[in-house]
Amino acid sequence: MAKAHTSKAVHRVQDQPYKKRLAYFILGFGWIFIILAVAGSIQLGASNVGYTTVWKSLFFYDANNSAHVVIHELRLPRAIAALCVGAGLAVSGSVMQGMTRNPLASPSILGVTSGSLFLMAIAYAFFPGISYKSLIFISFAGAGLGAALVFLITALSRGGNTTVKLALAGSAVTSLLSALSTAIGLRFNISKDLSYWYAGGVSSVQSSQLKYVIPAIIAGVIIAIAISRAVTILSLGEEIAKGLGQNTVFVYIAGIVAVLLLTGAAVSIAGMIGFVGLVIPHITRFLVGSDYSLIIPCSAILGALLLIIADDAAKMINAPFETPVGAVTAIIGVPFFLYLARREGGGL
Amino acid sequence: MEKRLATDKRKFSMLCTILLVLLIVLFFASIRTGTMNIPFPQIWSAFFGSDVGNQRMTLFEFRLPRIVLAMLIGAGIAVSGGILQSISRNPLADPGIIGVNAGASFSVVLYTFFFKGTAFLAGVVSIFVMPFFALTGAFLSAILVYLLAKKGGSVAPGRLVLTGIGLNAAFNAATTVLQMKMDPQDFTKTLTWISGSIWATNWDYVLVTLAWLVVLLPFAIYKARYLNIMRLDEPVITGLGVPLEKERLKLLGTAVGLAGCCVAVGGGITFLGLIAPHIARGIMGTKHEFSLPLTALIGANILLLADTVGRVVIPSMELPVGIVISILGAPYFIYLLIRTA
Repeated sequence: MAKAHTSKAVHRVQDQPYKKRLAYFILGFGWIFIILAVAGSIQLGASNVGYTTVWKSLFFYDANNSAHVVIHELRLPRAIAALCVGAGLAVSGSVMQGMTRNPLASPSILGVTSGSLFLMAIAYAFFPGISYKSLIFISFAGAGLGAALVFLITALSRGGNTTVKLALAGSAVTSLLSALSTAIGLRFNISKDLSYWYAGGVSSVQSSQLKYVIPAIIAGVIIAIAISRAVTILSLGEEIAKGLGQNTVFVYIAGIVAVLLLTGAAVSIAGMIGFVGLVIPHITRFLVGSDYSLIIPCSAILGALLLIIADDAAKMINAPFETPVGAVTAIIGVPFFLYLARREGGGL
Repeated sequence: MEKRLATDKRKFSMLCTILLVLLIVLFFASIRTGTMNIPFPQIWSAFFGSDVGNQRMTLFEFRLPRIVLAMLIGAGIAVSGGILQSISRNPLADPGIIGVNAGASFSVVLYTFFFKGTAFLAGVVSIFVMPFFALTGAFLSAILVYLLAKKGGSVAPGRLVLTGIGLNAAFNAATTVLQMKMDPQDFTKTLTWISGSIWATNWDYVLVTLAWLVVLLPFAIYKARYLNIMRLDEPVITGLGVPLEKERLKLLGTAVGLAGCCVAVGGGITFLGLIAPHIARGIMGTKHEFSLPLTALIGANILLLADTVGRVVIPSMELPVGIVISILGAPYFIYLLIRTA
């Protein structure tokens, strides 16, 4: 049994060569698509501005030109936020799935999003006039609270399979915290307010928020890339990783820190965009194989790309109203995901 | 081996007795509490003696069907979760993974969206319209998941889970889009439904749900031996001479039927389907012929307790039972997680 398992695991590591080429293609040319998408995103909106204006506003900024101000204060922060959120969620989802070896694992399973939502609900219920800026910090604190609970429970329970326990503790905490938030929402009649945040989106991001978020995302991605080789080994199984002399506890802690930074930052500006963190890692794995030192950077690019395209679509579908971007990412991504799931089967 | 089986059997019958007694105690506690507390002597006289102040109607038309329904739904969702965790070989699975909940929620939200909320608790026609829509949505999405996951005549567990994730995401997205366009009143109603609540009760629902469960629960327990071998590798299962695909389809159908009929009258109560099987396995072990009946009893107990608590905890309003389950069940589940190796 154990032997069969190992040979299966070894087989999975040896991916077909075309997948590696595809990974290098994504890493090499993904940037071009992202730049094109950002340009498109800046140009699109309630009032369309021409590309020349976009160009001028970036390099020859004129504070008296209203189009330039719109681009600097609204469109550019929004596009950058979409990139950060997409990349952050996708990378933290990849790390989660690699560490827990469970296809149902997503960043939200670490209790991060639900913790955030929980403190947000309390803030809305008891301090109705709270400023947007303090909400960012509340949401970050909530993300930390949720992750700390999950981590504490996993650490307290000795023995057994750590990855399964982590996943189960995560879903228990998530369920508990979201239930409490829904109860608060229903009791204080704020569920509709909460739901806008719950649906997620980057439409109201301001440049002042970005200066807290960008460093957190960059730090998280760097940690994730640094441990990516260890995650590949861990994804073969905890016993195998330990047998190969890996310090699994250290990898878990580093992974959790990365997930917390990435998800906490993403959730604090964009609310709950669940789909990206769950599905982009799968799509990336289908495309580039099972080596996490390729999956993690590629998922960052694909996540950023999906979210910015979805955000453009969210602006246009029901203009001038915004459609929840989480819903749009799902509608764009699901058909592709289903196709790949069918073609590639279930391996993780 | 035989000795072990005998101890297992003794443990099983003891646990069954304890859980049944607990259920009866909960039953009596639940029937006397509510917005209006009715002491036991009055309950007795309402049914068998003189009915003071029309209490028989409160008891017989509102409380009793609700209590029975809570027990039935609890058992159904729990067993459905147990089956799915074994088939998908995933400890995180609950009835939601085959799209039952997302499909039912979408269907209900779609219906509320087009008929402007007149549907909830109003009129004779709407009594069966809502459950019908929920049931149709649940079954359609489960069939869709099955068909999309099927490839070369086989439904690999991994592919089933992945397809479930994808379709869940799609349905949830569509549900969110529709919900955003609703006015706050309809929105709260659908949110309550999605969170899971035994939102309307009458004896007709009880009878219909009972009819489903009477067929499907014994069938699931009868098939327990196939669930026992589902965790083996596929070539091993086939090597044992088991028609794997056929049995898997039967078991999946059972799980979908159980979850579908329960979701139709109870809304999204998926967390119960996650924890009840874990609790049962934690105290009884992995043999499904023992753990499945216990799962049913545990589910019934938890849901009845949660529904009673949800009715009385905040006097002015009712908490959706799905939320109460999470608040009560999650801490216990976490305790189990910490204690067992």
